[in-house]
Amino acid sequence: MTSLQKTLEIRSSPHIGSGNSVDTIMFHVVLALVPVSAYSIYAFGLTSLLTLLTAIAACVVTEHLLCRLNGRATTVGDWSVVITGLLLGLTLPPGIPLWMVAVGGVIAVGLGKFLFGGLGYNPFNPALVGRAVLQATFPVALTSWPVMPADRFSSLPTSTLAWPFVEPTYDAISGATPLAAWKFEQQTTATADLLFGSTTGSTGETCAILILLGGVYLASRRMMSWHIPVAILLTVAMFSGILNLADPTTYASPLFMLLSGGLMLGAVFMASDMVGSPMTRKGCVIYGVMIGVLVVLIRVWGGMPEGVMYAILLGNAAAPHIDNLVQPRVYGSAKTQEGGT
Amino acid sequence: MMFFGRKTTFAHGIHPPESKDDTSGERIRQFEFAPVLVVPLSQHIGKPALAIVREDQEVLRGQCIAEADGFISVSMHAPVSGTVRRLGLTPSITGRMTQGIFIEPFPGSTQEIMGGTPIDSASASPDEIIRAIQAAGIVGLGGAGFPTHAKLRIPDDKSVDTLVINGAECEPYLTADHRVMVEHAADVMAGIPYLMRATGAPRAIVAVEANKPDAADALREAIPDGAAITVEVLPVKYPQGAEKMLITALLGREIPSGGLPLDVHALCVNVATTAEIGRLLPQGAGIQERVITVGGPAVKRKGNYRIQIGTPIRFVLETVGVEDDITRVFLGGPMMGQAVSSLDIPVTKGTTGIIAFTERETGHVGNTTVYPCIRCGHCVEACPIFLNPSTLGLLAINDQHQQMADEFHLMDCFECGCCTFVCPSHIPLVQHFRVAKRAVRKAQAEARASEVKA
Repeated sequence: MTSLQKTLEIRSSPHIGSGNSVDTIMFHVVLALVPVSAYSIYAFGLTSLLTLLTAIAACVVTEHLLCRLNGRATTVGDWSVVITGLLLGLTLPPGIPLWMVAVGGVIAVGLGKFLFGGLGYNPFNPALVGRAVLQATFPVALTSWPVMPADRFSSLPTSTLAWPFVEPTYDAISGATPLAAWKFEQQTTATADLLFGSTTGSTGETCAILILLGGVYLASRRMMSWHIPVAILLTVAMFSGILNLADPTTYASPLFMLLSGGLMLGAVFMASDMVGSPMTRKGCVIYGVMIGVLVVLIRVWGGMPEGVMYAILLGNAAAPHIDNLVQPRVYGSAKTQEGGT
Repeated sequence: MMFFGRKTTFAHGIHPPESKDDTSGERIRQFEFAPVLVVPLSQHIGKPALAIVREDQEVLRGQCIAEADGFISVSMHAPVSGTVRRLGLTPSITGRMTQGIFIEPFPGSTQEIMGGTPIDSASASPDEIIRAIQAAGIVGLGGAGFPTHAKLRIPDDKSVDTLVINGAECEPYLTADHRVMVEHAADVMAGIPYLMRATGAPRAIVAVEANKPDAADALREAIPDGAAITVEVLPVKYPQGAEKMLITALLGREIPSGGLPLDVHALCVNVATTAEIGRLLPQGAGIQERVITVGGPAVKRKGNYRIQIGTPIRFVLETVGVEDDITRVFLGGPMMGQAVSSLDIPVTKGTTGIIAFTERETGHVGNTTVYPCIRCGHCVEACPIFLNPSTLGLLAINDQHQQMADEFHLMDCFECGCCTFVCPSHIPLVQHFRVAKRAVRKAQAEARASEVKA
């Protein structure tokens, strides 16, 4: 029999796999972000599209070049760098000068990811590292919300194309974001506006419904631990709910806290990033509660209206330690065994 | 019975595709005799048997051709009536060459099986039963190959309250135990009293996974009146057939780390082993054949065959026919089975299945790139003994073997493969752990050796 003369391969068991793969998971995260991105382009027009494209391009090119320079095979194909680019773009205000976006992308991948060893080794969410650096470097540009031109699909706010290292000029500044309005002017925004995204805010954070939809999609495919976003959102709701009950005039309602700012996007797509979060379910819940508490603390008592970014970065820093604390009890390692029945 | 609050299952585990439909309905068929059969002297854990035949000697089918050497060892019996051609080395699944007896069958012999002194389960003493099981050459037919009689001798300070007959057969593709339960339920029921008598167990539970309802029905029907035997149907989950998992699922007891089922008053015996005891002991015969699933996408005439011990894998595959794009052959199921390094390896008592894959299956759905660990935690959710395979894997890459054993319970891993199955980064975790366990054992042995010297 000729077919038995051919060389058979010897591999160690198991001989079958689940078919799950890092690149498929990452690709599906990108898919889950498509509706959010599409809405941001619809809401803010051309400038949003350019911001997202610039962020993705900067991240992909940086990763590709760094891999090449280090003599490694390029890792762009695993899609994770596309997620970083997309998330970075989605957390930036519309109308931000594109050169800043590109700087953010280079920093996100170079400093946030590659410096630590690439995918899997980055302790912090790379997109948030990029954004944090931008926030520290260009505080004005990161908190200016220009009014979108009426023909937003064919023209850009002047600030978008500002030259590097030149102070961007804004045609008109729109109202503050819902969180800033609440924090500094004690004004609240209608819940429906928050849900459907007709408010000011970063390109991708305004439409809570689409973000949740993406999260449900990923959780249903077991590509995301739903424990993390649920823990974060429940904690925020409960903590701010208690505050709101104690003094409704000073503290915003839990619904407002949940739907405003970057909480949804952060909880669903950034805190749940597998690399930076704990591995055990118990760990995920602790991590989520910690982020939730930090979000409320920073929003209510901190100097800034928004605290999601720092809360998640702090959570990332704590994740390995949480993992150490909640190592599962190994089968059969209990102190004594009860015998018989 | 299912009570509130406790499900008859264990925590974690996975649900690989069962892939059993091709063979689960196939009746057991007798396989033909190979031109030369090779009976390895070591088909079990423990000392190899001692050959008691010489070259050119004529042997009868069922005749004892090698005797047990010590307590942790069993006898071997001629799988065929024929002539001993030589005693020599044969390749084995471990990759090493081992001693074997080469037998050429007589053409045209009736191949009648030779019996011996029958043993009666009701009147024989526990000791007689234990010796008869050893003389019959019975080892765990589930694949482990541990001499069955050795675990039946219960130390004075231990006792057994439940005998668990393992019919879980949780490995994909394998249906040999399934067919044995359906077609030889009476043998299973005949075997259980021997085991109960030998161990003093007051009751026995036959555990069957829910994907084999016909087996559970056949077994229930075969229970003799008044026997303290029950059949439990468990939800399908891998690795339910692992001793630890099965006892936890059935009895809710956890075997201590490094311990045995005896430590929780249980004893686990594979269902095919039990059937073999029930078939052989009443005739005083020894094992000369076993039921094996020959399947997988690369096999043409898939099925469950009763194959002589010592039949070369090559002969089996040539007889059933294989597809041209065959790429891998392994013994046992796809989760824990070992890939064969040579097709001249003979079937042994521990061979549960011969499964052949083609390019399509071995390509892991076309993606074998190994990515870095992304800490997704899927392995942590899958590990049935609650290890942290991710951390262990990272330590393994850096050869931190001792730390793996000291801090992360490496030695508790029984290599079920769940972590590797679910890993989206395709990291060969189990293989890392095998290497690490071997290194730790070697270091321990060296430490002991130097202590002795000093």
